[in-house]
Amino acid sequence: MKPLPERLERLLATLEALDRGDRIEMLVDVAKRFRRVPERIAARPYPKEHLVPGCESEAYVWAEPQADGTLTYHFAVENPQGISAMALAAILADSLSGAPLETVAEVPADIVYRIFGRELSMGKSLGLMGIVNVVRTAAWQQLQDKIR
Amino acid sequence: MSKSIEERGYTKADALVSTDWIQQHLNDPGVRVAESNEDPLLYNSNHVPGAVEIDWTRDLNDRVRRDYLDRAGFETLMRRIGATRDTTIVLYGDKNNWWATYAFWVLQLFGHSNAKIMDGGRLKWIQENRPVSREVPRYQPTSYQPPERDDTQLRAFRDQVLQHIDRRLSLVDVRSPEEYRGERLHMPEYPNEGALRGGHIPGALSIPWGRAVNQEDGTFKDASELRKIYTEENKLRPGDDIIAYCRIGERSSHTWFVLTYLLGFSKVRNYDGSWTEWGNLVQVPIENPSAELRDEAAA
Repeated sequence: MKPLPERLERLLATLEALDRGDRIEMLVDVAKRFRRVPERIAARPYPKEHLVPGCESEAYVWAEPQADGTLTYHFAVENPQGISAMALAAILADSLSGAPLETVAEVPADIVYRIFGRELSMGKSLGLMGIVNVVRTAAWQQLQDKIR
Repeated sequence: MSKSIEERGYTKADALVSTDWIQQHLNDPGVRVAESNEDPLLYNSNHVPGAVEIDWTRDLNDRVRRDYLDRAGFETLMRRIGATRDTTIVLYGDKNNWWATYAFWVLQLFGHSNAKIMDGGRLKWIQENRPVSREVPRYQPTSYQPPERDDTQLRAFRDQVLQHIDRRLSLVDVRSPEEYRGERLHMPEYPNEGALRGGHIPGALSIPWGRAVNQEDGTFKDASELRKIYTEENKLRPGDDIIAYCRIGERSSHTWFVLTYLLGFSKVRNYDGSWTEWGNLVQVPIENPSAELRDEAAA
C-alpha cells in the first residue's frame, strides 16, 4: 500500500484510536470547521462540472494550483444536512492541500471507512468516496499536465 | 395557515404527531423520541432534546446477512433506548423521514404498534428553530420482551413479488421516474448501488414517494390530495393487495406508511429487497421502456 499524505495519516491514526462515539463527536467538530470555497475561486450557482457525481449532499470540488506545483483543494456542500460530506471536505482540504501530487493521486477512496467507520450505508459511502475520487483525479490530471 | 393533523382526514391520524406535540412531550416519560438518519453524523451534530438515535445500519440490520435484527437484537435495542412495550416511540429523521418510516416499519415487524412519526421530520424541527441539544441521553435500561419478528403481513420477498406479477396484483414503484423507465440505475444525485439492470418490475405503477409530501416543509399532504394520487390517478383501492418497492426499501417504507396509516389501506407490504435485489436477479422479468426505445431506434 502506498503511503498516505502525512497529515492525513496522522488524522486517521487519531480517529482510529477513538471509540465510535468519540470519533463521531470529533467528526462533528471537524464538520464545523468546514469552509465553503472562497468567492475568488467560485460563486453560486456553482458550475456543474465541479459537482461530485453520485453525492447526495451536492458536493463540489475545485483544485487551485500553487506556485510549488501542488494543489489546494476547495469544496462546497450545498445540502445543509450533509454533515458527513462537510467533515470529509474539511479533512481533505486540510490534509491534502499542498501534499505531493503523487501521494494525493494514490489516496484510496475507501479511506472513508477509516474515517467514518464501516456502518456507512452503501449510498452514503459511495457518495463520500466520490468526493475523494474527484480530488484524486484532480491531482492525477495535474501530474499529467506537468509531464506534458 | 396549514391544517392540523387531525383536520387532514387521515384514517389513522394518531400515527402522526406535529412538531408542537413533540415539544409539549419532551419531558413525558411515556414518550421516547428517536432520530433515524442516513447521515451518521447528523444526530450527534444536534437533535431534539432527549431524543435517542436509532441507526438503521447498526441498530436495525443484521451485521452479516441482508436481513433485519432478530428478537434478541430488538430486545437489546428497546432496552438501550429505555422503551417498554407501553412506551410511545416517536420517530423522525432526515430525508423527509425516509429512515424514520423505515424504523417505524421495523418496529411493526415486532408488533410495537405504539409508534408515531413526527410530521415534517428533522427539517421542519430545524426550520422552526425549535430547541436542539448535542447531549446524548442515557435512559434506565428497561425490560422488553418482544415477540418473534413477524414478516408475513408487512414484508414481501422476491418469490411473493413473482406471484404478484403472475396474479396481476398491484405493485408500486416509488423510485424516481428516471429509475422506473430504466434511464438510470439509481436516483438522481445518488450513486449506483450495484444494480446490474435498469427498469421496473413488470406491471408496477410509478408513484414516486415524494408526491406524498409538501416540498416546502416535508409534511405529508392531506388525505384528499393523497387520494387523488393513489386512488383516483392510479386506481389503487384500499383493499388491494399491494407491494411497494424502491432501491433498498427505505423510500418504499415511506409510501407503505402513507398507504397504511394515512389512507387506511389494509394490505400493503414493503419489498425491502427492492431494486438492489430485483435488478441483480437472474432471469426475473423486467420492463425497461428506455431500452425498448433504444432497440427500436437501432432497428
